[in-house]
Amino acid sequence: MAKITFDGIEVEVADGTTILQAARKIGGSVVPPAMCYYTPLKGSGGKCRVCLVKVTQGSAKDPRPMPKLVASCITPVQDGMVVENTTNEDVLNARKGIVEMLLINHPLDCPICDQAGECNLQDLSYEHGVSATRYEEERRTFNKVDLGPYIQLHMTRCILCYRCVYTADQIAGNRVHGVLGRGDAAEIGTYIENIVDQEMSGNVIDVCPVGALTDKTWRFKNRVWFTKPMDAHRDCPTCSGKVTLWNRGDQVLRVTARKDEYSEVEEFICNTCRFEKKEMSDWTIEGPRHINRASVISANHYELPVVNVPIVPNLPASTKKNLPQH
Amino acid sequence: MGIKILTEHINVPGIETLEVYRKHGGYRSVEKALKTMTPDEVVEEVKTSGLRGRGGAGFPTGMKWSFLAKPEGVPRYLVCNADESEPGTFKDRVFMQKNPHALIEGMITSSYALGANTSYIYIRGELMFVLRILEKAIAEAYAAGLLGKNIMGSGYDLDLHVAPGGGAYICGEETALLESLEGKRGNPRNKPPFPAVKGLFASPTVVNNVESIASVPWIVNNGGAEYAKIGVGRSTGTKLISASGNINNPGVYEIELGVPVEEFIYSDEYCGGILKGKQLKAVVPGGSSVPILPANLILKTAAGEDRLMTYESLSDGGFVSGSMLGSGAFIVFDEDQCIVRNTWNYARFYHHESCGQCSPCREGTGWMEKVLHRIEHGHGHQQDIDLLVSVAKQIEGNTICPLGDAAAWPVASAVRHFRDEFEWHIKHPQEATLPGAVYRGQLETITA
Repeated sequence: MAKITFDGIEVEVADGTTILQAARKIGGSVVPPAMCYYTPLKGSGGKCRVCLVKVTQGSAKDPRPMPKLVASCITPVQDGMVVENTTNEDVLNARKGIVEMLLINHPLDCPICDQAGECNLQDLSYEHGVSATRYEEERRTFNKVDLGPYIQLHMTRCILCYRCVYTADQIAGNRVHGVLGRGDAAEIGTYIENIVDQEMSGNVIDVCPVGALTDKTWRFKNRVWFTKPMDAHRDCPTCSGKVTLWNRGDQVLRVTARKDEYSEVEEFICNTCRFEKKEMSDWTIEGPRHINRASVISANHYELPVVNVPIVPNLPASTKKNLPQH
Repeated sequence: MGIKILTEHINVPGIETLEVYRKHGGYRSVEKALKTMTPDEVVEEVKTSGLRGRGGAGFPTGMKWSFLAKPEGVPRYLVCNADESEPGTFKDRVFMQKNPHALIEGMITSSYALGANTSYIYIRGELMFVLRILEKAIAEAYAAGLLGKNIMGSGYDLDLHVAPGGGAYICGEETALLESLEGKRGNPRNKPPFPAVKGLFASPTVVNNVESIASVPWIVNNGGAEYAKIGVGRSTGTKLISASGNINNPGVYEIELGVPVEEFIYSDEYCGGILKGKQLKAVVPGGSSVPILPANLILKTAAGEDRLMTYESLSDGGFVSGSMLGSGAFIVFDEDQCIVRNTWNYARFYHHESCGQCSPCREGTGWMEKVLHRIEHGHGHQQDIDLLVSVAKQIEGNTICPLGDAAAWPVASAVRHFRDEFEWHIKHPQEATLPGAVYRGQLETITA
């Protein structure tokens, strides 16, 4: 076990845990954001650089600070390590800079993007970005690519997190897409026109942090914040069949895997569940899905609002009012 | 003339053949190391020599070797980094082309020291003709029993392979090189784990520059202590310098570390002064990725001491008033060269060569190039200068590999030392875009 201090909070984790996972054990607003790291995917992380943190003490044995900011998603903890994230000005400035970099070639077409509302880049820019851009050059653009009957690739929105590449390698198998080209001309592609239609390939849509890979059965059907998430399951021969349905009324508009507060899926689901089972009768409904994210998809659900919980605890009695009961 | 360790026999006719090379004392170190020394003794000699990595970072080679993990039953590898592609650097190409056996001898001795039974020379894809020269020399060495099984009857086996890259600058970064050598896309790896623990094919690996490896035979033959006597302080031995730019005698020079920069530029033994007797404006002393220095700061440090060709002296003053020895690519600019244009040219190179894996470098290099292009072509705004500094700062230190730093430093240093030249370009776009237009204000302040 290793004991580390993260933003002044002590936490004990198993040896070999990454700083990011240790911070997630604490939870809340101290957790560094992550755009490319994805816990279920081996080898992911280290690329987007938004999770950079400052290690002010390497370990109890060697208390020297690390010279550069380190990517918390891939750096393992050492016993006695002291890490600063939200308490360090340099970290916040560096993160702001990286968010700016991620956005300079992003089309910012959120109003017509299917990912809007549950987009990690959108959340990240709200939290760490600036409202104006200093970039006045032409943005890099690509043509849309159809990757078969179910998935559309909108490369212009891509931030090259490589998550879909790892998913194809580790989950779907028989990978036919990858990163072509280099620098800011690098793109996700299939080289020759190939169809991404492996049984589990639809998961690339779930792992995509932005709207680069979208579900063609759902494109432009609705906005995510108008749909109501419901946990449901079915007896599926290929996957666990545990999914989240996104409904409008009794219509199933979209099926995704169940994602946690860091947008990471609990279990990957197969293409049949995702794309072909769009009737309520296909599913056994478990109940409303609780979405615990700062973004807009956490609102407007079937869940009953929790009332009469004081937002600021321990207020003097004089300030307390009787709120109407639901 | 100082002592020549690497280039002593380089102009002997036929030195590229095994016969002539052996006649001039070639492969003595292999015999000495394999027959009379243990691998640890060789490592110890290299440590004593104080030899520092010649690829750019200047990390002590012996130290790097001693960090190599040695788990039981796992092969170890030595990889020679011959992917020399930094603008201004051409020393390794000349060396390998003229004297391929010297590198092979170094590879055998170094591989023996590290306990590697398979070694690779990763050569830049554009240098196919050098690759053929090396392959011919390796075939000769195999035929003479210097490579393969039981070398010189010592019981030590070594297979040496030459692998060409695809010509990507990024594959000169050691972990990207290993990825490329494994047959993958040349993306740098996240560190740790370092190559010394998990490198090529997930085995402990040492990656060394051509020049570092080629220095090992001399160290083995003459002893590390003898090598440490050459040079100044912690910069021991000799260094190949690729001198280019506006000088009378461009070319590759072997210098003893510690030659004053002024002597190197103006002495007839080396660069022979500035072309057509013009004035010196600036020098990039270690390849395009190191900070550029104006004439006054390259000849003397900020403290007024003479600048020497050593790791320490060139970096004296940090990034405020210093630079780096880097890979030893000495690029000289005379008074007629435009720093803005040159900086744009470098930025264009790094934009083209960024692998695109991590976001600050992928997006930032392109951004800097576009802003510099705008300034150079007369469309800059006053705030662009601060924008460049800020973008460079956003890239520096926040990337997976040093390419981000390499892209940021030349831009940041050019703005730091030649800010009025940038301002002049922005304020006088019409004059600045005339062919051959150069700002001369800075130069007057230097000479005054």
